[in-house]
Amino acid sequence: MKQTPLTEKHRQLGAKMAEFAGYEMPIVYTGINDEHQAVREAVGLFDVSHMGEFILKGPNAADLIQRVTSNDVYKLQPGQAQYSCLPNAEGGIVDDLLVYYLEDGNYMLVVNASNIQKDWDWIQKHNTQQVECYEVSDQTSLLALQGPKALEVLQPLTDLNLQDMAYYTFAKGKVAGVPQVLVSNTGYTGSGGFEIYFYNKDAATIWDALMKSGAAHGIKPCGLAARDTLRLEMGFCLYGNDIDDTTSPLEAGLGWITKLQAGNNLFTGREAILALKAKGLSRRLVAFELLDRGVPRHDYPIADAQGTIIGKVTSGTMGPSVGKAIGMGYVDQGHTAEGSTIYVMVRNKPLAAQIVKLPFYKA
Amino acid sequence: MNFPADLKYTKDHEWIRVTGDTATVGITDFAQRELGDIVYVEIETEGEDLASGDTFGTVEAVKTVADLYMPISGQVSEINPDLEENPDLVNTDPYGKGWMAKIILSRPAEVGDLMDADAYAALVG
Repeated sequence: MKQTPLTEKHRQLGAKMAEFAGYEMPIVYTGINDEHQAVREAVGLFDVSHMGEFILKGPNAADLIQRVTSNDVYKLQPGQAQYSCLPNAEGGIVDDLLVYYLEDGNYMLVVNASNIQKDWDWIQKHNTQQVECYEVSDQTSLLALQGPKALEVLQPLTDLNLQDMAYYTFAKGKVAGVPQVLVSNTGYTGSGGFEIYFYNKDAATIWDALMKSGAAHGIKPCGLAARDTLRLEMGFCLYGNDIDDTTSPLEAGLGWITKLQAGNNLFTGREAILALKAKGLSRRLVAFELLDRGVPRHDYPIADAQGTIIGKVTSGTMGPSVGKAIGMGYVDQGHTAEGSTIYVMVRNKPLAAQIVKLPFYKA
Repeated sequence: MNFPADLKYTKDHEWIRVTGDTATVGITDFAQRELGDIVYVEIETEGEDLASGDTFGTVEAVKTVADLYMPISGQVSEINPDLEENPDLVNTDPYGKGWMAKIILSRPAEVGDLMDADAYAALVG
């Protein structure tokens, strides 16, 4: 099992550790609700160094990214980041990712830990023009500082002007004395904050500086469990749960990052996605709140009022900030209208749920 | 972790306090820590006669769900009404206010099959 440079620190902080995507990761420290609430109301610090990073360099780097991702990489200016996905030839999703435009001819892709090898192989298969590709996941650490107090915690540690850093932009600068740290106004929680990329050797320095600066603001170390409840309250997709090799970005509500216009964006999978669009979607990812008592979980069946199975839950939890049991799942076309009632089968018992609009949590 | 000496324990991480022919049942400190924040305790077997090892309910935490198993044979005679509104009592007071059910024993001799606190502590240690 792989470790992050901060594994020992998590243990010392009393985290419950478990394997996730081949890494020994902190799942929970003081409690999911406690950590979740810290992020919503103050600030939390997540070690997400398991995430994968690729550097793509050279005059043809943008072209390669354009041919493998669904979004339009040419829309990016240096210093901007973009959410995108890697479609497969059948129009499913190899992975979802962030594309960072570092500088002319230089990009960073941030991918899910569980898909590092699969994504790398997929991109190399399309690399017909000798784009220099570097897999830097094992040298790169990533901390997510999330919550309304993130700015106040991070600003005293850096010369970068964070106040004016727009959402989905980033800059490199000194953080806690460490040079060339990439600070990005992005996140996976819906409560604002920054994602901070740097070399492994600086992990303890930056973690300690953030925890110290955050002490006055009620900072808490947060585990992957709270990361999951936070993202689900926003309706952000989790690869392996809500999206995978067999789900179309259109079905998943990711049409907004799937640029199908003809022109220079002829990515792999485009034709399959266009064919699906022409034929019409047979199912859609919907968001729902339970009306009856219970908690929906991954893979629970979804039925209609007559008991016919019409879909399946992909993610579910008790939402700590919304105070309701919430979930997402694929439901057959004809049953996906907002406000309609579906039934989640919990241990063979139908529990009524209402289809709602995302996000569940409104700041 | 705390495992009171006056209780008996099962490998499924339940505790049982026997008083005459009735027993009170809950989950251990170890179990509540493993489950994390508990959001819902569902016991719909009140009045039923069940055998040792049968499922008598489920406990839902934020991230996971676990079945509750009868530590001993008997009839579920009462469930903790306070858990309806405050399921977190299982986290904060697992051996006290977080109790889950009372059982009228049908085979009191089964008590002898259960673990004492030292044996249970060794199991989860």
